Amino acid sequence: MGKQAGREPAARLSRRSFVGYVVGGTSLMVMADLALGASPASAVPIPSVPQIPELYDLNDFLVHCTLPTANHVGIRIDEQGDAHFALPRMEVGQGITTAVAMLIAEELDLPLDRVHVTLAPARPELLFNQLTGGSNTIISMYTPIRVAAAVARKALLEAAAIQLGALLTSLVAKGGVISAPDGSSVTYGDVATAAAAPTTRQVKVTLKAAAERTVVGTPQRRIDALDAVTGRKQFAMDIAVPDALPTMVCRAPDLNGTAKSIRNEAAVKAMAGVTHVAIIETGVAVRARTFGQCIDAVRALDVEWNAGPVAGKSAPDILKELRAAQLPLVVPKAGAATLDGDFVFHFRSGSALEPNCAIADVRADSATIWAGLKSPIDAQSKIAKILGLFQKQVSVNVVQGGGSFGRKLFSDGAIEAARASKAFGAPVKLMWHRADEPRQGRVHPMAVSRIRATVLLGSVISFEQRHTAVPTDFRHGLGERLTAEVSALPTGLGNLGFSETVFMLTQELPYNFGVITQLLNEPKPAPDRFNTSSVRNIYSPDVATANELMVDQLAKRLKQDPVAFRRSYLKSRVVKRVLNRAAELGEWGRAMPAGTAQGIAIHKEYKGATAVLVEIDCRPETVNRKVRDAVTGPRVTKAVVVIDAGVVINPLGIKAQMMGGFMDGMAQALTYGNHLVDGHFLEASWDNSAYTRQWNTPFDFQCEVLDSESKVPGGVGEAGVAASMAAVACAYARATGKMPTEFPINFHDPLHFEPKPFIPSVPQSPTDGLSYTS
Amino acid sequence: MTTHTFKLNGETVTVEVEDDVRILWVLRDVLGVTGPKYGCGINVCKACTSHINGKAFNPCSVPVGAIGADDEITTIEGLADTVDGDGLHPMQEAWLEHDVAQCGYCQPGQIMAAVALVNRVRAEDRAITEDDLDAIRNVCRCGTYSRIRDAVRTGAEMMG
Repeated sequence: MGKQAGREPAARLSRRSFVGYVVGGTSLMVMADLALGASPASAVPIPSVPQIPELYDLNDFLVHCTLPTANHVGIRIDEQGDAHFALPRMEVGQGITTAVAMLIAEELDLPLDRVHVTLAPARPELLFNQLTGGSNTIISMYTPIRVAAAVARKALLEAAAIQLGALLTSLVAKGGVISAPDGSSVTYGDVATAAAAPTTRQVKVTLKAAAERTVVGTPQRRIDALDAVTGRKQFAMDIAVPDALPTMVCRAPDLNGTAKSIRNEAAVKAMAGVTHVAIIETGVAVRARTFGQCIDAVRALDVEWNAGPVAGKSAPDILKELRAAQLPLVVPKAGAATLDGDFVFHFRSGSALEPNCAIADVRADSATIWAGLKSPIDAQSKIAKILGLFQKQVSVNVVQGGGSFGRKLFSDGAIEAARASKAFGAPVKLMWHRADEPRQGRVHPMAVSRIRATVLLGSVISFEQRHTAVPTDFRHGLGERLTAEVSALPTGLGNLGFSETVFMLTQELPYNFGVITQLLNEPKPAPDRFNTSSVRNIYSPDVATANELMVDQLAKRLKQDPVAFRRSYLKSRVVKRVLNRAAELGEWGRAMPAGTAQGIAIHKEYKGATAVLVEIDCRPETVNRKVRDAVTGPRVTKAVVVIDAGVVINPLGIKAQMMGGFMDGMAQALTYGNHLVDGHFLEASWDNSAYTRQWNTPFDFQCEVLDSESKVPGGVGEAGVAASMAAVACAYARATGKMPTEFPINFHDPLHFEPKPFIPSVPQSPTDGLSYTS
Repeated sequence: MTTHTFKLNGETVTVEVEDDVRILWVLRDVLGVTGPKYGCGINVCKACTSHINGKAFNPCSVPVGAIGADDEITTIEGLADTVDGDGLHPMQEAWLEHDVAQCGYCQPGQIMAAVALVNRVRAEDRAITEDDLDAIRNVCRCGTYSRIRDAVRTGAEMMG
């Protein structure tokens, strides 16, 4: 990476002046280097000082990973003057296509509805730069996209100056129309062809100042909203690919068990609609005319299974492993001066509502994939290797995803689809059954967090955290083959290094607590025992929840109000601002009936900060309220989220992410978990897993996006989760007088469901739906 | 295989498929009508919510053999045509007004459930309550729940 040091200053002429390119050709195509806007890369080696994220965080790391690749993003202007941009990232609901369209509309002076953003297929030449993760899209693409749009605008203005016979500097561009002082005008469409250049040329542009903006910073609805509400928005399983028939996989009863043999292959092949049956690496794949017939076939299969890698193990076994591997605390226990905390975070599913799925058409010398993929280059490389093809023989089309939450960083569905298509010699439309998702899909790893703080002479002098977790699988690397291979080194050591790096680059305790150490240990590094992933916000929800509960304990010990205590110990002005505003908006300290309470928590990450205030009702009449087949329990009645997200592109999009992050964090605190029992997870449906539903939703939800003092945009897709989970936990502790130490809080309640059988691996669809019309 | 005839979004359709195939797969895999989404297949997540004879139902849990030529199914694709005018259904307009959708995967089902809820409450001659909203079972993993509550209320007003 160091090789590239020095390139960036050459491209950046002043704070808002940059160089981009008009690309040679017959239509107007402009480009900008993706590395624009990153600070010089000479500081790439990771500083080995405590509390690294203050100086250099995961987003800096992700941005710097783009530097060695001389790669570009391009905008095309068509003959109607509309702008087209193929985003080398994946839209999964986080709103990046809308935000990117806004940046282009702003800098190009074109109405937002004339900017068309699609998702780029796998572009191996982009190396590191086609990974959607770490809430990094806007942080990393903010400058290159604006530069490209400004180059297009300038090229259009230059062409217009010739056509109108006017001085370039006298022209005004607005809404896709360029006007001269004499009242004459041309549209972008009129001059788009003339603006094309026969050969590539460099163009210097100056970006708009913040005060000149009319689109960026204003609330804009999602550009795909109409498609979403009319059912026209296409997800992977909605795409019609000839002969790509429904395909499902019959999976082992054990987590990660494998198929040894099929005892009734001929009988299953003879079932209505069924065309193919074959053993693949992850089970037995079946292909049929409809998914319903796939379900029938999966249920009919009689398979001899190999045991899985955690056969017979249950959550207490894993807890024991984790506790045994906890790294020692440095500060000795000092009687009353010491506060110890020990927290357990159970596995929870990273499922989106759209299950893992992909279409694959594998031929002898080529393969084509359609899927929602956040690391498409890594998928392309892995699939090529599996199929024995060259990477360039595999085309990977990136489709909008029905949610991700970290799940789609991995390409499990696409890889499985490629294997099945190869085994069958036919195209497949492969989809996981819902039951497969919590049982065999990627989960947020189980973890324990041990904290020791020391209070001396009325002040906190040390805060140590030892976070010990089942390893998080980072083997998508940075979306690129070389790094992916490094973190898939034998024995998992490569993975451990990357996990520690991510932990180190994301965790920051923004308090003046004297000596602070936060360490991660992942004792059994081989990440293939459990299927984990960097589920939304990675380590932060657990780490923040443990921290903020302890912060409340410290406040109590020092006889201070939780908000006043945080105010006096916070070292970051940004965090203080969000805390103060949340306390004000949420009327912190108002009188609450017994059994109900407020809770507040903060989190600092993604170049910004979040504060969440909630009110929770833990009174028996609320906790025991009845909704059919529902996990009710404590009800959060009100939530206030305040975020400083840096420069705001789309406040409406940020508020949406905060609401979603809140619903996610609340579920992780109260109800959402996976029970590992005897080598497999019991949960097999949304009712089992108890993710947030309407009956858990706060009656009053408010979000405020602060005017930031920052000059750069922050990441928002994950920023709401950690403080939300922590605030709900803190409120629960204050309402019940008992600090929760195990999450979700209802984990040890009697199981609220009858676990579905493990053989067959999927439940049959009911037939009584007409009895439930409403 | 058997021939099945029913009404779909205002038109009569005929398909050749086994009796026990659930309507969701008839719509998606046989007829290519992809607005109703798969999220569980066991009538829990409600992503496939559509209407049968004007009432909400989940086609993942009804075999095609259970319906006949007089039964009328409406999916999200046909919702706008159930009201006068060329535009969207008022509930879809309400969804746009509140910018409800994030990834959008659950939203066809959410909108169909919301319309049925408003019709049901109206038939009972009463206003929508918090309990009615609490009883909406549709999962939204993106967590748009609060905006859904607001949009259902707006949609109810717009439905007049």
